[in-house]
Order: sequence, then structure tokens, then C-alpha cells
Amino acid sequence: MPSLPVVDYLSLADPPRLRGNRCLTCSAVFLQRHNGCASCSGRTFEQIDLPPTGMLRTFTIVHRGKRGDPFVSAVVELDDGTIVKSNLVDVPPTPESIPLGGRVELVTYPVATDTHGTEAIAFGFRPV
Amino acid sequence: MSDSVWIVGTAMTPFGKFRDRDVLDLASEAVFGALDDAALSMHDVQVMAVGSQFETITFGQRVLQQVGQTGIPLYNVHNACATGATALRSVIMEIRAGEADIGLALGAEQMTNPGTPFAMPRHNAETFTPTGRAGAVLPTEGMLGTGQMFGVFAEVGLDYARAHGGVDFEQFAKVAEKNHAHAVLNPLAQYRDRYSLEQIMTAEMLSYPNTLLMACPIGDGAAATVVVSEKRLRTMDPDVRRRAVRIAASVMTTDPYTPETEVLPDVNTLTRNAADRAYEVAGVGPEDLDLVELHDCFATAELVHYDNLRLCEPGGAGDFIDSGAPWRDGRTPVNVSGGLLSKGHPIGATGIANVYEVTTQLRGEAGDRQLPDAKVGLTHVIGLGSACCVHVLERAAT
Repeated sequence: MPSLPVVDYLSLADPPRLRGNRCLTCSAVFLQRHNGCASCSGRTFEQIDLPPTGMLRTFTIVHRGKRGDPFVSAVVELDDGTIVKSNLVDVPPTPESIPLGGRVELVTYPVATDTHGTEAIAFGFRPV
Repeated sequence: MSDSVWIVGTAMTPFGKFRDRDVLDLASEAVFGALDDAALSMHDVQVMAVGSQFETITFGQRVLQQVGQTGIPLYNVHNACATGATALRSVIMEIRAGEADIGLALGAEQMTNPGTPFAMPRHNAETFTPTGRAGAVLPTEGMLGTGQMFGVFAEVGLDYARAHGGVDFEQFAKVAEKNHAHAVLNPLAQYRDRYSLEQIMTAEMLSYPNTLLMACPIGDGAAATVVVSEKRLRTMDPDVRRRAVRIAASVMTTDPYTPETEVLPDVNTLTRNAADRAYEVAGVGPEDLDLVELHDCFATAELVHYDNLRLCEPGGAGDFIDSGAPWRDGRTPVNVSGGLLSKGHPIGATGIANVYEVTTQLRGEAGDRQLPDAKVGLTHVIGLGSACCVHVLERAAT
């Protein structure tokens, strides 16, 4: 089945990786395409693979979400210092279950299919 | 003429229909073009004004995220067909006022393809099509975390909790307990009901740890303030002069770059920068403040701002609320108006309503909620995206 990532900073290579745009002047990393660097105002970037593991920097458990069921929104500091947001999965949505400051790793999973049978693949994090 | 203002660089993009470029691409090209023309960099620019008629939500800050987040004051200008000229006028006035030597004015608009990060992308469910800056093929809210305000500020609060162990759900809830109690005394507040800590903690959970009673309400309202020069004040009626309140500091900042900028707004650094500058300009310290009105859009936000405004020891915001210091009879009363949580948050009015509260307290005209002998107060607001304003007000020394 053909597939594509839900956002372009997710690469579906084997293994899947998040990708960043690194400033060639100061090395700040951005997930989205940037015209210039927010850190140093440099204007040239290179694409890099980001590490698949990191630390759960903060979270919230959203009960009034647009999709109904509670979900865990997580901010993760990857091992290279890049900050990423996604859902924390494979963990009950209760404060006691969530390892604030603990280790997490990247996971990917299908979320939807379009009328041509193309599968959209999302990413999240789970506790290690 | 010694006070003339001169143009040293300018640039424009072609005008046309650009399906493959968003408004940030166009804005960045114009900014870099004008800077190159002047042989300057963003690091030389001290103030910026950014005009757009159709872009909303801190457009100028989104431009800074593309051209360099240096933390400078920035005006988002919105003035119909005069928008760009108003932006230019704003930086000219800053320079003529002696506030800056180098300013940059930008006007940008995209009327054919509003595919910017804050615009609602239209997703094609029949054929997945990458859309917007992140090339998203589906709406990402709830799939790649949350961008909803109660969730973002919950994350801000738990980020503080992780960095400074010991801040828990109950301590965040105590902020709401205080502000609801304060609002009982304020006839202007939207809600004047007192709640127990248990009622607050067992209210509907919006986004842990923020419950419904730890979130500001939606509401309507307005506030205004008249200011005059000292020269003009000297000619005014003695009763007016007696009640005059001095603006000891007026500071604005935007958020300088931090690595979390792209995914979690940093509401801390720009508040610290604004507060430090305001204390320096006013010649007062946090220990001199008789009251503070700060931006408690959620209970989690107020707690981190105790630290950002230097009201407590670094990392000590949890102990600060536990000690009772920010209650109206405490060491540094915070949000005696009831704050955004109870007084309300009609967004455009909020940043003047807090000036009204401090001014009224300094004049000794706050009725049932009057604090004894208030001489110096501080106001703080944040517009997420982000902009921060801090004012220090002082009672006239008569």
C-alpha cells in the first residue's frame, strides 16, 4: 500500500526518522522550512536526520480535545536538543502513568487512508 | 536638521499571484532585501513595525521567526490601506522619540493563497496533498500533540514543574483559589464566586493540570487610559495632578530565539527580559512592589510568572504560592482584581484593564479591595506568539 507522512519532517525511510533543517551558520535546527534562521538570521540550511530518542520535557492530558477521547500531548527534547511536539502513545492518559523527564522513543503508525488507498503515517513517542 | 529621519535601505518583491510561495516567503525576501541594501543585519535593527490587513495573530513575530528573533520591540499594524505607511510612521516615531536609532518597517500581504502556519489549511481527504509550511496532509491537532491554549499553558506549567521539582497539581490550583477569592471584592469582575481548593481540583478537567476553574472565561469589556506629558501635567488642575500616577517604566519585548520556539511558545524569556528592563528603568526592585497584576490566562501561567517577574526565589514559585505571599494580605499581592481567571479576559481590553487596577489602587480609590498604602505597582501582559508588555506605575510623591 502506498504511504506518505502526515508532515514533511517525518521521513518514512527504514527506520523512520524525523528530519530537521540545520542552519549552516549557527547549527540551530528547525522542523519546518525556514527562509532564515530565527537564532542568528543566517539564510542557508542543510537537511539532517534527527535522533529517534529523547526526554519527555513536558506534557498535558487534553480532555476537551476535538477528537473526543483524552490524549497526551508531549513536548520531547531529542538527544541533539531539538524540541518536537506530538502525542505520547502506549501509555494510559493519567498523570501517574506519564514519566515526566523520562526517556521516550519515536514510533510511527497509520492514521488515515485517502480514496486512492494512500495511507497517511503519523509519528508519536512512547516511554522507553 | 538634526532630528530628521533618513531612509538607508529599501526593497520589494514582485507583485503578482504566487501559488508556490506563502506570505512569510514574501515578507522574508523584502526584509532581507532592505537589510542588504542598507548593509545591515537583523542584529542592528532595534525596533520593527509589521503591517498586514489580512494576516492575524502576531504576524510580525512569525516574520521574526523567519528572519531572526532578536527580542526587539515590535508593532503589529493593521490600518486598512494605510497599513504599510502606518508601520513606517511607527518606526519613524520611535526614532524621533529617541527610543531607537535603527528601525525596520515591513508591509506584506497575500490575497490569493493564505497558506501560512496559522491559516486554517484545507486538507484534501480524497487525495492526500501536503499543505502549508510542514507539508501536512491532515489536520494535526490531537494527532501531533495540541496547540489549544489550555493545553499549551498546561505544558508551560509542567515544564516548570519538571525543571523545578515539587510543583504539583494542588499548587497550580491554589493560584485559582486565590484569584477567585480576590474577585469577590471587585464589582467589575465577570465572576465573583469563591471556590474551595477541592471544588477547583475536581472541576471539569480541560487539559491536565488546568481544570475549568483554572482557565479564564470568554467575555466582553473595554478599558482606556489617558496619558499626558509632564509639561502638560504642570498646567492641569491641582485635583488632577494630585491623582496623577507616574509611568516609571514602559517596556515591550518579543520572544528571543530558544530551541522550543517552533513547538512550545517560550513565555518565560521575554517576560524576564521585560521585567528586568522595567526594574532597571524604574529604579525599583520586585521587593518594592505593593501589587502586581500579571497575565493569569490559566493558573499554570500565573505560577511561572512569579518566577519570571522575580517575585520569588529562582525555582521557588511553588513555595511562593504555598506561603500565601501573593494573596491580598501577603508580601506581594498578585491579581487583587481577580485577574484574568475571575475578572475576565476580553482580549483587547486586558492590557489596559490591569493598568486601571493598579492606577486605582495607587490613588487609594479601590473601595472594598483597596490595599493599604500602595505606592508602586507592576502590570504584565503576554500576547502569545509572542509579545510582552510590562509597566511600572508609581503614586505621585506629594
